[in-house]
Amino acid sequence: MSAQSNTQPTIETVGLRRTFKGRGGAVEAVAGVDLRVNAGDIFGFLGPNGAGKTTTLRILATLLPPTAGTASVAGFDVARHPRQVRERIGYVAQSGGSYREATGREELIIQGRLFGMSKAEAGRRAVEILAALDLTEAADRTCKTYSGGMRRRLNIGIGMVHRPAVLFLDEPTTGLDPQARARLWEEIRKLRETGTTVFLTTHYLEEADALCDCLAIIDHGRIVAEGSPDDLKREISGDVLTIGVNGNGDQVVKLLSGQPFVREAELDDGLVRLYVDRGEEAVPQVLRLLDAKGLAPSTMDLHRPSLDDVFLKKTGRSLRESAA
Amino acid sequence: MRIFRDTWLIFERSLTLSLRNPVWVILGVMQPILYLFLFGPLLNNIAKMPGFPPGGAFNVFVPGILVMTALFGSAFVGFGLCDEMREGVVERMTVTPMSRVAMLVGRSLRDVVLLLAQGLILVGLAIPFGLEINVGGVAVAFALLALIGLMMSPVSYTLALVLKSEDSLAPVVNGLTLPLLLLSGVMLPMSLAPDWLQTVAKFNPLYHAVAAIRALFNASFADQEILVGVAVLVVLTIVTITMGARSFARASA
Ligand SMILES: Nc1ncnc2c1ncn2[C@@H]1O[C@H](COP(=O)(O)OP(=O)(O)OP(=O)(O)O)[C@@H](O)[C@H]1O
Ligand SMILES: [Mg+2]
Repeated sequence: MSAQSNTQPTIETVGLRRTFKGRGGAVEAVAGVDLRVNAGDIFGFLGPNGAGKTTTLRILATLLPPTAGTASVAGFDVARHPRQVRERIGYVAQSGGSYREATGREELIIQGRLFGMSKAEAGRRAVEILAALDLTEAADRTCKTYSGGMRRRLNIGIGMVHRPAVLFLDEPTTGLDPQARARLWEEIRKLRETGTTVFLTTHYLEEADALCDCLAIIDHGRIVAEGSPDDLKREISGDVLTIGVNGNGDQVVKLLSGQPFVREAELDDGLVRLYVDRGEEAVPQVLRLLDAKGLAPSTMDLHRPSLDDVFLKKTGRSLRESAA
Repeated sequence: MRIFRDTWLIFERSLTLSLRNPVWVILGVMQPILYLFLFGPLLNNIAKMPGFPPGGAFNVFVPGILVMTALFGSAFVGFGLCDEMREGVVERMTVTPMSRVAMLVGRSLRDVVLLLAQGLILVGLAIPFGLEINVGGVAVAFALLALIGLMMSPVSYTLALVLKSEDSLAPVVNGLTLPLLLLSGVMLPMSLAPDWLQTVAKFNPLYHAVAAIRALFNASFADQEILVGVAVLVVLTIVTITMGARSFARASA
């Protein structure tokens, strides 16, 4: 491979479209999506129900041909070289994957073997995965005896058995309790250490925020915003720092509004509200400045805009309402 | 080679899962056993009628029952695939680099093993009723039964991949198996039928399979029907396996 190919994104789509023809007319599930995902990143695909997340993922995983546009994954075009793509990816569907009558261990082993592992190697790998996903106890029970969350964890484990270069996870944590979710986040972060590129979809703003290096917000089949969670939030409004000032409000506003890191300072009902780009950097600076003038604040509160604010601004709707 | 390894993996998995819940295998052999015990004895008198083919009543009847068992043991296998599709197993395996031919043939071979086991039970039970066997003939007859399974199960899997649900699959499979069965001379030999019916039956591959297997059970190895039966089944099996493997490949689209 040439040196240039190293700088190519692991996943790239250009003008990707997918139309479904149904009785009620055609639905454009994916309406011109351009994405670039860098190697080793955890990429989040955030959007309400019906936004086109699963459809996009299925195209990238070679399950669905696009109506128009191109997509390449791990250096191969999904339409022209589906086999090469399949050798390099793992795909965990939004639901399903394991068979009721099979045991967790059997499912992990057959999956490993279908990717070319020997019986012994697949067996060892199954033990590792079962332990990582807290399923060791249930390993030799049939899947129909698993709880919903256990089954979900197994399905995710099946997608990771062969240590794919690119892992697609469609709503991986839906239906998991908070503890299992935290545990899975840990496992996904560990994948970053091994250089795996993870492409996941989610409805959860906290999840996208906590996990993803980069994310795209999709609505009605179109990307409406893209960037790191911090970039996206900063694009909205910056952070808001609220300072309790013990009646010295005017002095504080005068002092701080001249500072380069402050966009705007206003006095409101005994509180000074500062609009800043980076709240976490502004706090120590504000403290230092106020201390030097003997104007020590009584309280300080940093509010950061949420991804929900981003979604609201880009689509005019709240993600929480849309997803409900 | 990948295709053989994958076929073996799918065969082994499918067989393990089928044997874990063998109720269908047992039900599959119960029905022909009932025919054997409750219908077979009627034939002893009919066998004296003019037009009844040579060989004892059970040598005419058991080959028909075996073909019926092979047909039922393979025509309904699509139901299991619908179940696997609903559970997301087929999609999950489609996103692996595994051979699409293996997805089909691994399952079909499992179906063949099960129907041959059912056939052996039936032959064993029929011997006390007066079935006369010839080991070489029976061995070749079982090879033909295996071919029936390899021919029919890809048809069932293809229909399942297209129709996707048991509800849509059931009427189609029933509509397909009933005429195949009636026009094959399974219950009574087609030599008793009027000419027009015999002519129609000649277009049914199972008619030739039954005729060939009857000849083999009677050790009439010079009978033309054996070659015709083998040729028909081999050609159709190649056709249906090709069609089935394509359907699995297309299921990814
Ligand atoms: N096979 C199909 N046939 C017809 N329409 C489809 C098909 N698959 C998806 N759609 C439609 O495409 C649109 C996008 O669906 P998609 O499953 O990609 O959404 P999603 O973002 O994954 O939603 P969710 O959060 O609910 O999983 C929806 O309007 C859906 O009805
Ligand atoms: Mg979805």
